[in-house]
Amino acid sequence: MPKKITIEPVTRVEGHGKVTIQIDDAGQVRETRLHIVEFRGFERFVQGRPYWEAPVLVQRLCGICPVSHHLAAAKALDVIVGAGTGLGLTAVGEKMRRLMHYGQIFQSHVLHFFHLSSPDFLFGIDADPAIRNIIGVVMHHKDLAVQGVMMRKYGQEIIKYTAGKKIHGTGAIPGGINKNLSIEERDILLHGADPLNADKMVEWSVGALAFFKAYHKNNKTLVDTFAEFPSNHLSIVRADGAMDLYNGVLRAVDTEGTRILDDVDCQDYDKYIEEEVRSWSYMKFPYLKHLGKENGWYRVGPLARLNTCDFIPTPLAQREFEEFKAYTHGKPNNMTLHYHWARLIETLHAAEEIKNLLIDTDLQKEDLVVKGKKSHRGVGVIEAPRGTLFHHYEINDNDQITLANLIVSTTNNNQPMNLAVNHTAKSFMNGQKEITEGMMNAVEVAIRAYDPCLSCATHALGQMPLEMTLVNENNEIIDCKTK
Amino acid sequence: MEKKIIATTSLAGCFGCHMSVLDIDERILDLIELVEFNKSPVDDIKTFTKPVDIGIIEGGCCNSENVEVLRSFRKNCKILISLGECAIMGGLPALRNGIPIEECLNEAYINGPTVGLNTQHILPNDDELPMLLDKVYPCHEIVKIDYYLPGCPPRADLIWEALVALITGSKLDLPYEVIKFD
Ligand code: SF4
Repeated sequence: MPKKITIEPVTRVEGHGKVTIQIDDAGQVRETRLHIVEFRGFERFVQGRPYWEAPVLVQRLCGICPVSHHLAAAKALDVIVGAGTGLGLTAVGEKMRRLMHYGQIFQSHVLHFFHLSSPDFLFGIDADPAIRNIIGVVMHHKDLAVQGVMMRKYGQEIIKYTAGKKIHGTGAIPGGINKNLSIEERDILLHGADPLNADKMVEWSVGALAFFKAYHKNNKTLVDTFAEFPSNHLSIVRADGAMDLYNGVLRAVDTEGTRILDDVDCQDYDKYIEEEVRSWSYMKFPYLKHLGKENGWYRVGPLARLNTCDFIPTPLAQREFEEFKAYTHGKPNNMTLHYHWARLIETLHAAEEIKNLLIDTDLQKEDLVVKGKKSHRGVGVIEAPRGTLFHHYEINDNDQITLANLIVSTTNNNQPMNLAVNHTAKSFMNGQKEITEGMMNAVEVAIRAYDPCLSCATHALGQMPLEMTLVNENNEIIDCKTK
Repeated sequence: MEKKIIATTSLAGCFGCHMSVLDIDERILDLIELVEFNKSPVDDIKTFTKPVDIGIIEGGCCNSENVEVLRSFRKNCKILISLGECAIMGGLPALRNGIPIEECLNEAYINGPTVGLNTQHILPNDDELPMLLDKVYPCHEIVKIDYYLPGCPPRADLIWEALVALITGSKLDLPYEVIKFD
């Protein structure tokens, strides 16, 4: 009799996301779905609000990377107030925002690696769940845990000094910023007491990379084959092809590395990207219009960014990038667990970039805001920690928002995450008599590699609570397991 | 001293309040000495396995599942705290309260500028998706709440001071700057 297995990451009892797996008579996985169960309705309820509220309102959709929403909204509004598409800001405006953003990338990547994923690496995917969590890391690998805590703190401090507050700050405003960085603040961040200074952060980032590479060396088959599947990749890149997480043009490559989108102005994003609605999830499924639903979907995030860009403009990260590229002979990398590798290279890049920005005296300049000729439409695109984030606003003559459209990073990764779940379920569960806790965690490990933000609750602080129910075709529960 | 048992959850929140708990930084190491976590996203415990001393709620209630979770927290926790604006008064998600829910769904899934050809006007609707409530409700309208910690999110220092006071039974002295309603 066909069965349905439900893995509810934060379950019916906690919301946000869950997985269902259907198994047929022969014990073969037939269909898998990652459902997003939350709906907010912001597209409608921000209508009528004055446009300048957007950067502080919309970030409250996500407290894990609020800076990304804050900045994407501000960038869209730069266009609306006639301050160009991001490059039109003053030097201090642009660089303060960059500092805020790279601080955010740094803290978010650190959180993901140390607090969420390291337990899987340290203890093993099928280790005892009682220790396979951040508290286990604190108990058994205190040094590593302390590094994670202090690195995250450093990133959060940068956000505090640039945005005014660690979570849901106010630093970016349409056309610029509302504060610069004082000399005292700069010195705290640049030369703070050990370990909270820029050099230590670079050093520890190198260490985290070494940790992952050693793990990779010892677990090659797992890391290289786990949920590996071909896909397109999309991100913004600087006009010269460099990695740039704050501003750039849209670029996408296919699984062979051929550019299928190149040099696209972000203001035109809606000419190239479309989304499909499926009845079983609140999260839409984006794809490149010209390739269609079937072939046009793509990955975003650290792995995609290393596949689309030509080089990384800081020396240590560039060296790591070259090693990363050599591993796949210059071709795009499609290995899901290599997201972690890519994420740590970006962490190092962020640390280097932060240091470069801090020694730049432009940050102490006083011309904070620019304004030009007002227009009624603006699009802001940024590379959030988890991938490309689109904000699109239109306003009326009374300065009220009349349209808001957001495609968030995790939405861009919707199809790849569903495929990763499918691959993992098939390779771990096909033909198995019993579904073990380790198999269920494997499915989570696949999802976790994408660092999904909408299921924030499910992964933010560690392992997701999991419940699996075996159900027959009439939806009667045959068996129920909780891990 | 016996460790106090803590449980936490995120309902219709953005997880910023949980992040603010993490912003106690190094003090996390002290917290782990003082308390034991039960049902919470910080560990693998999905259902309450023992009576809990302090339950911390982030977010209000926007769907049937949120209500269920909140009720189970009330049943299993001696003390319940509403953490942050969303739990206390619905917060940003409650901006939809003056708008019919169909309008919100239509805007997201039918009228949106990047929605592909959706000629059948599909809206998400599936047994696996919980029922949306007509409005977003603050937690104290559903169950009794014992303490409220304001802020969006509440500052890490406020969370830390309040928890230590509750755990150790000491008097709580909150300077004005720590209690922020932003
Ligand atoms: S109160 Fe603020 S930080 Fe907390 S969940 Fe709500 S929006 Fe997020």
